[in-house]
Amino acid sequence: MSLDPRLTQRLAKAVLWAMTVLTVAVLVFIIVFVLRKGLPVIDLGFLTKSPVDMGKGGGIFSTIVGTAALTALAVLIATPLGVGTAIFLTEYTWENTVTRVIRFGAECLAGIPSIIFGLFGFILFVTTLGFGWSILSGGLTLAFMILPTIIRTSEEAIKSVPPVFRTVSFSLGGTKWQTVTRVVLPSALPGIVTGIILSIGRSIGETAAVIFTAGSALRLPTSLFSSSRTMSVHFYILAREGISMSRAYGTAAVLIIAILLVNIATYRLMNRFIRKYS
Amino acid sequence: MNRLEKKDRLIRLALLVVAFSAVSILVVITVFMFGQGTPVMFKYGLGKFLAGSDWYPSEKSFGLWPMIVGSLYVTLGAMVIGVPFGLACAIVLTEFSSRRVRRILKPVIELLAGIPSVVYGFIGVVILVPFIRETFGGPGLSVLAASVILGIMILPTIISISVDSIEALPPAYRAGSVALGATTWQTVRMVILPAARSGIIASIILGMGRAIGETMAVIMVAGNAVSVPGSVLAPVRTLTSNIALEMGYAAGEHRQALFATGVVLFVIIMVLNTVANLTSSRRRGTRR
Amino acid sequence: MREEGTTAGAAAVIRVSRFSHYFGGVRTLDGLDLEVFRNEILGVIGPAGSGKSTFLCALNRLNDLVRGSRVEGRVEIEGEDIYGPGTDVIALRRKLGMVFATPVPLPRSIFENVAFGPRMAGVRDRAALVGIVRDSLEKAGLYEEVQDRLGTSGLKISGGQQQRLCLARILALKPDFILLDEPTSGLDPISTMKIEDSLRRLKKEYTIILVTNNVKQAARVADRTAFFLEGRLVEAGPTAKIFTAPEDRRTDDYLRGRFG
Repeated sequence: MSLDPRLTQRLAKAVLWAMTVLTVAVLVFIIVFVLRKGLPVIDLGFLTKSPVDMGKGGGIFSTIVGTAALTALAVLIATPLGVGTAIFLTEYTWENTVTRVIRFGAECLAGIPSIIFGLFGFILFVTTLGFGWSILSGGLTLAFMILPTIIRTSEEAIKSVPPVFRTVSFSLGGTKWQTVTRVVLPSALPGIVTGIILSIGRSIGETAAVIFTAGSALRLPTSLFSSSRTMSVHFYILAREGISMSRAYGTAAVLIIAILLVNIATYRLMNRFIRKYS
Repeated sequence: MNRLEKKDRLIRLALLVVAFSAVSILVVITVFMFGQGTPVMFKYGLGKFLAGSDWYPSEKSFGLWPMIVGSLYVTLGAMVIGVPFGLACAIVLTEFSSRRVRRILKPVIELLAGIPSVVYGFIGVVILVPFIRETFGGPGLSVLAASVILGIMILPTIISISVDSIEALPPAYRAGSVALGATTWQTVRMVILPAARSGIIASIILGMGRAIGETMAVIMVAGNAVSVPGSVLAPVRTLTSNIALEMGYAAGEHRQALFATGVVLFVIIMVLNTVANLTSSRRRGTRR
Repeated sequence: MREEGTTAGAAAVIRVSRFSHYFGGVRTLDGLDLEVFRNEILGVIGPAGSGKSTFLCALNRLNDLVRGSRVEGRVEIEGEDIYGPGTDVIALRRKLGMVFATPVPLPRSIFENVAFGPRMAGVRDRAALVGIVRDSLEKAGLYEEVQDRLGTSGLKISGGQQQRLCLARILALKPDFILLDEPTSGLDPISTMKIEDSLRRLKKEYTIILVTNNVKQAARVADRTAFFLEGRLVEAGPTAKIFTAPEDRRTDDYLRGRFG
């Protein structure tokens, strides 16, 4: 025989752990690096003043507003569509070709790279429909991007509601819709909200799809049709054009903190969800 | 029929319409892309489009070959880095770590999935590219840089899906193997990994899809020269970068050529996705 | 199988004639002929898989929720064919309240659990709901124990209390019938006793059908008993008679525990 299996295991364990530690170290390093250079740049002024001089000076206020507006619009559009689709797939039909087609469509959408969404959004919203580079175009494009995630997480949440709850509701004379709105959705809500928050996190960090649909105007947006720059886009431009390294780091730090907060919120929600039902 | 039941029927119809939104959006995207892109592809010859090496839009020469190869190299490079490390982490997380460690590591890894790609690209430019330039020579902006950055970016995908697949295995597998006197590592090698194979493969394919589709980070570190890279230290342009770099100022047939690039990308990813779906659903068959 | 010995003067409120039920290609109930009389407790006994629960769910058409459910024959409840076209299934389910084997409180407060049915039926007035909840909890024999904590979650009370909560839940809809599917199978003897007492009280106002795995329970509580076997009604009649002098050999075998 070859080596003693216990020896092989010790070796394997060491190698695997080394690789893991390296991986985690690299990932943590990235966050720490950005935060270390970026946190000092952040102060109240940075967050409340808009960029000045193409971003060489001033803060990032208008980009914060832009990010918020875009994300809000995307969520407002995608949530009813996504949750409605999930409800339909789980409650109103059984598995057949129709559901498989819909699910296949959603899965495919999930895999399309953001640049293609950007391309598509550009040609459909910006050009053909004439919305121009605007929060509207960007929001619509982002909505399509996060739709599959919302469908998937909503479906999971709805499916995990114990079937007996539905039976009870029906036996008490409830209709399908009453059962869905009074029993299923309230119980599935934490899971659905988790999916929405995850999508928010993704929207905040999205660049490729946004830069070609919402544009990169630095002014504070005044309407849905205003072009607006998001934090990610601002960061990208600052970094690539070398306009202001310090502000680039600052923007990146704000981005990372925002996403960190979103992740924490998601975790706390999920834990509350799990604790309530198991 | 009860008034409430009538309302139920209407709602079902409304939801059916809503549900088709996902499919119809996909259809619209596909139609648009192909509609805008295919005319140009065929006008200049599909073969020349895919295999030609000259991309000079101003002279109406559209050869995508360098970019196709570029995407391929960079993706393969990303897999070389991402898969071993990702699998190692997954195995450590599921088999070789205590619950406390797992509870800390898992959220950290999921957090890292959320970091915007531009930040990864930025780190690449600021740290990795100079490092490569100084240690290995060349411009630094290279296949290597792009592969490393992409490899890091797809780690969370591979890790979390592999972990899910492994955790979904019936505990009896582990118990049975241990009962036969196998060490944990032997169990992993001979029982766990083969059993979770389809889920792990699915995670790899999804990681691949993500790598191929990544744009911003790649633009920042890859150099974007339109030429087939001669070595890992040579600069490279991917299909995605091609679109992003030129879309800002492209017009007319040039713009359509970019759509055609999108079509090529789209097809590649659809194929990957379908394969991933088939692999994982074959195992998850009894999900519902 | 026909049944014998009806209580003189009582009216048959449910008439089941030549009733069969199928899930897809599988027959679950085969040619049932059975009557249920007003204000009685009908015990339904039989081994597992004999169709008792399916029978119950056929009465309130809960079986309709399962894809492929199909019926033949006729079920008349208070003179109406419940499988006829134009039947208001929602109203039917309110009329026949069902209590399941495992207590299933909804994840909300005790008050909201009981108010759930009436709210769906359109009752909005808060005062009315308070009255209904109190009434129903009293009828189910639970009010005293929970009156000062109606706001606590229905999941936080004991199993026996949860089952009485489920009983109160259906009583809130003012049904005519109470259908119970092995309601005490998971409960301790004291809770079981409390529920059986409630049923004895309730039969003055309601007609009750009690499916039970425990023949002794049927002997304690039921006025008449029906014995199901493999989807068929073997025999039905006054409980005393069924238990002491059953007509069918199989009934005798089951009651003596020779199989089951």
